[in-house]
Amino acid sequence: MGAEVEPIIGRYVRTQISGQSHRIYFEEAGAGIPLLCLHTAGADARQFQHLLLDEQITEHFRVIAFDMPWHGKSSPPVGYQDKDYCLTTALYSESIRSFCAALALDRPVVMGCSMGGRIVLHLAQAFPDEFRAVIGLEAADHQTPWYDTSWLHRPDIHGGEVCAALISGLVAPQSPEEHRWETLWGYLQSGPGVFKGDLHFYREDSDYRDRVKDIDTEKCPVYLLTGEYDFSCEPSDTLRTAEAIAGSQVEIMEALGHFPISENPDQFRRYILPVLDRIRAGS
Amino acid sequence: MAKSGFEDLADQVNRNSALVHRGRFLDVDFLVVDGDTPYWISVREGRIAEISAGQALLRSWAFAIRATSEAWRTFWQATPPPGFHDLFALCKGGHAKIEGDLQPLMANLRYIKEVLATPRTSGLEDHGR
Repeated sequence: MGAEVEPIIGRYVRTQISGQSHRIYFEEAGAGIPLLCLHTAGADARQFQHLLLDEQITEHFRVIAFDMPWHGKSSPPVGYQDKDYCLTTALYSESIRSFCAALALDRPVVMGCSMGGRIVLHLAQAFPDEFRAVIGLEAADHQTPWYDTSWLHRPDIHGGEVCAALISGLVAPQSPEEHRWETLWGYLQSGPGVFKGDLHFYREDSDYRDRVKDIDTEKCPVYLLTGEYDFSCEPSDTLRTAEAIAGSQVEIMEALGHFPISENPDQFRRYILPVLDRIRAGS
Repeated sequence: MAKSGFEDLADQVNRNSALVHRGRFLDVDFLVVDGDTPYWISVREGRIAEISAGQALLRSWAFAIRATSEAWRTFWQATPPPGFHDLFALCKGGHAKIEGDLQPLMANLRYIKEVLATPRTSGLEDHGR
């Protein structure tokens, strides 16, 4: 009997972002409605491997997850060594739309977690014709910063170790050890200053509180799911955001934290499968 | 009031060889305060060399972590409720406060977090409940 080979396929696509060439690594599985997945700050697309392996999802959706530049297997652009990585709403949005154009995705559903959940609100508001629906996981229109990010990138502290130890508390206590530690490994592995650079977007350049009310959910439906143990994007942050977006649908997920996709895949599917069914019914 | 989870912390930490190994580069004196009771904790090469409870004038510490007794006991439950499951969750919720020189804390964050959470896994999670 041969080894088990999984159906996930990983490839690179070349694209231009901000006038620079990039090789973007992505993984995909399934066929049907394109479902584009955006990982959290300081991590990579491996967070979505459980979704990519879920036949109940891939039966109807072409699930695609890519590593943002500087993350996972997508290298930083040429000349990275002389600057600090710093993500903005404009750069993040352009990166996602460049990737969609490169793969010629037809109005994908876009699902993002944490900073990915933040940017999908911008996409729904600014480019409603380009996306079939957005799903924000651990998403809100704004959060009050709760710690000093200068600890994340300095020579007397190991960046990977401190990032992982910091965010470890955002995993729910009920999440299985195997998945908790696999989630943390993404942070332990991240490049120097990358989590901090992502948090520039998350904290400094994505206050959408005055803009989310302009989202037209008739054009681009909005679904928001947040774990009860997330004290970074607190359930109250998500509920406030949902209240501001007429027609949005929101649910607070039990026994989950800030990384529902990877920290407890079985628990997460209880919440995401009905959302995907609704999107499919509306397509 | 039931006894604090910090009373038996030294034995529990020092018996955990993986935890001691993780902290092997750390020598630090820090303070934790459970309600009104200060616990002075000295770590040497990842082992807790000494814990002494009670007021001690002019004793220095690198960093201090203060929380109410109620907060620590909720934190030590086997499955703490949201907001009480992590040191920084306690701080963000206003139940705990961290002061002092945070460099040794942040450089050894996993170790310190696991030391503070040790009573949770040692069968003392009831703590008077």
